[in-house]
Amino acid sequence: MEAVTWIVLVIDATLRVSTPLILAAFAGMFAERSGVVDIGLEGKMLGAAFAAAAAAFATGSAWLGLLAGIGASVGLAMIHAFACVTHRGDQVVSGMALNILVAGLGPVLSLAWFGQGGHTPIVADAARFRPIHFPFAERMSDVPFIGQIYSEIVSGHNLIVYIALGMVPLAAWFIYKTRFGLRLRAVGEAPEAVDTAGISVAGMRYRAMIVCGILCGIAGTSISIAQNALFVRDMTAGMGYLALAALIFGKWRPVPTLFACFLFAFADAVQARLQGVDIPGVGVIPVQAIQALPYLLTVLLLAGFVGRAVPPKASGVPYVKER
Amino acid sequence: MKGFGGPTQAPAWVTHGLVPLINLGLALLIAGIIIALIGENPFEALRLLVLGAVGYPEAIGYTLYYTTNFVFTGLAVAIAFHCGLFNIGGEGQAYLGGLGAGLIGLYLGHWPAPVVIPLAIACAMAFGAFWAFIPGWLQAKRGSHIVITTIMFNFLAAALMTYLLVEVFIKPGQQAAESRTFEAGAWLPFVHDVFAAFGANIGRSSLNLSIVVAAVCLVLFWFFVWRTRWGYEIRAVGHNESAAVYGGIAPDRAIMLAMAISGGLAGLVGVNEIIGVHHRLLLEFTAGYGFVGIAVALMGRNHPVGILLAALLFGVLYQGGSELAFDMPNVTRDMVVVLQGLVILFSGALEHMFRGRIERLFARRARAAVA
Repeated sequence: MEAVTWIVLVIDATLRVSTPLILAAFAGMFAERSGVVDIGLEGKMLGAAFAAAAAAFATGSAWLGLLAGIGASVGLAMIHAFACVTHRGDQVVSGMALNILVAGLGPVLSLAWFGQGGHTPIVADAARFRPIHFPFAERMSDVPFIGQIYSEIVSGHNLIVYIALGMVPLAAWFIYKTRFGLRLRAVGEAPEAVDTAGISVAGMRYRAMIVCGILCGIAGTSISIAQNALFVRDMTAGMGYLALAALIFGKWRPVPTLFACFLFAFADAVQARLQGVDIPGVGVIPVQAIQALPYLLTVLLLAGFVGRAVPPKASGVPYVKER
Repeated sequence: MKGFGGPTQAPAWVTHGLVPLINLGLALLIAGIIIALIGENPFEALRLLVLGAVGYPEAIGYTLYYTTNFVFTGLAVAIAFHCGLFNIGGEGQAYLGGLGAGLIGLYLGHWPAPVVIPLAIACAMAFGAFWAFIPGWLQAKRGSHIVITTIMFNFLAAALMTYLLVEVFIKPGQQAAESRTFEAGAWLPFVHDVFAAFGANIGRSSLNLSIVVAAVCLVLFWFFVWRTRWGYEIRAVGHNESAAVYGGIAPDRAIMLAMAISGGLAGLVGVNEIIGVHHRLLLEFTAGYGFVGIAVALMGRNHPVGILLAALLFGVLYQGGSELAFDMPNVTRDMVVVLQGLVILFSGALEHMFRGRIERLFARRARAAVA
């Protein structure tokens, strides 16, 4: 019984932690599949987290918070596209610039607007995305196993968790089964072919960056007004880079990326529960070892020691039309 | 569009002086607008910032202390850029450099300083170089992308250092994750103490003799990149890898060499911070200096003179920025981080926005003058 409860709680935490990770990783998938490398996932999430918290506090509406979060993130994505697609700037430099810019701007604006030393005021529960309890969840929680699964894992998450999980099949369908998806993948592999077919390479990449911005916006919103109740500096804490790692670990494909996100989130959930626990035969596993695991796995994968990760062929390469 | 993509005919002062200044001006302009939007006077902010950075002896000391860090990280990013590589891992390499210097400080601190200090510097460089060499090796031999690998190595360095400080080096009976203070042999002298030894009295600050190391690095960097065969090979690979191969250069060797040097330079931040200022190992002493190096290298156009000037600028911004908050509580050091992001955006990502246009303008004038 004890073990079942433990597993249920870990899965519950995995779902919670993986939500922004999944959204950000899929945001990166749209960007990189179109040929734009985006290491600015972190900055877009952080910017969205700030905008969402600020707007939700000011208006008292979680939905306006979400809208502001998406708006901020799409705005940043457009700067990235302007620099990398229109002006053919270095995509990594641009992403880094935005990450650093937002890391400073969030605290500056929250100090100026709310006077609270680099964080926003606490957002009231009414202006947040609160856990949604499914019917009978309360009553079922006493039923062993099935009841626990229903009340803890299926029910009781905030809306964005369900949005993230619903987005995954939608995104997969979008990328593999629609005309937009076909062009998106083509523009990341062979932009000159897409250009020859009379489709604007820049137009496709801008559209991909808008999708990227929207998803990062939802991800950032979930961090500040769903999982927390305010914005604090650096609250994304490297999650954008972790999402990037998950995207690479999933080889830029939807289902493997989803599982990579689950794996990394699971590692985090287990890590939180293993702190100082003496495992028979193994001893105490240092927390940092588990925290480092996703990054180590990604390095090993990229180096071809565990499978092989081949990025979209044209990612990171600005497109120059032949003259 | 004659000569498109070829070497520009614009005079050097346009390429290396005017264009970077315009980019800096744009970044300052936007930062100024942001300051005005949050209800402060940007000109007053600039005056207070400069005053706080160079207005009195102690401030100048701190400005130069920050400059020292930025010279190291700027050169680190620049040498990788020369090889066509983007090393985002300066932060992690500096962290490991600090570990190297700290290990010498902790275990050999009782030896005489003239022995310990060079050892600590060498060890910091070796640790930093090692932390950058692995991504370089992975890029050269296994084809993994240097940007992603160096990002991952930043996180790995952070996890490693947290583990070491919390579990291994922590001073017994203390809460904060810090090691014990080193013995005096491993203290790189402060500049104000050196001056005091000669009877001159300058203000106390964190500035230590690492600044001499930084000056040496600037000169050696120039010599290495433009006057040695290895520097030539690195630049050749950075310009055009296939041409370099055709010229008999092994790109993988150049990549690994450039990354190792890059990491070694970043590791020197550990010298400035650990044996220069803190005299003990502690968490997060790198404080984003590795990322400032990106802005410094981009602004300085990967040349030691440019890097020195850009590092001085960021030294002024960092020191002045922390002073500014006393008089303008709404304008904190975070504003400098914003400016740093803007500088990277304009002089890095958006470099083609104005560069081409301005250079063409002056190239045309030059031709007209000849005619």
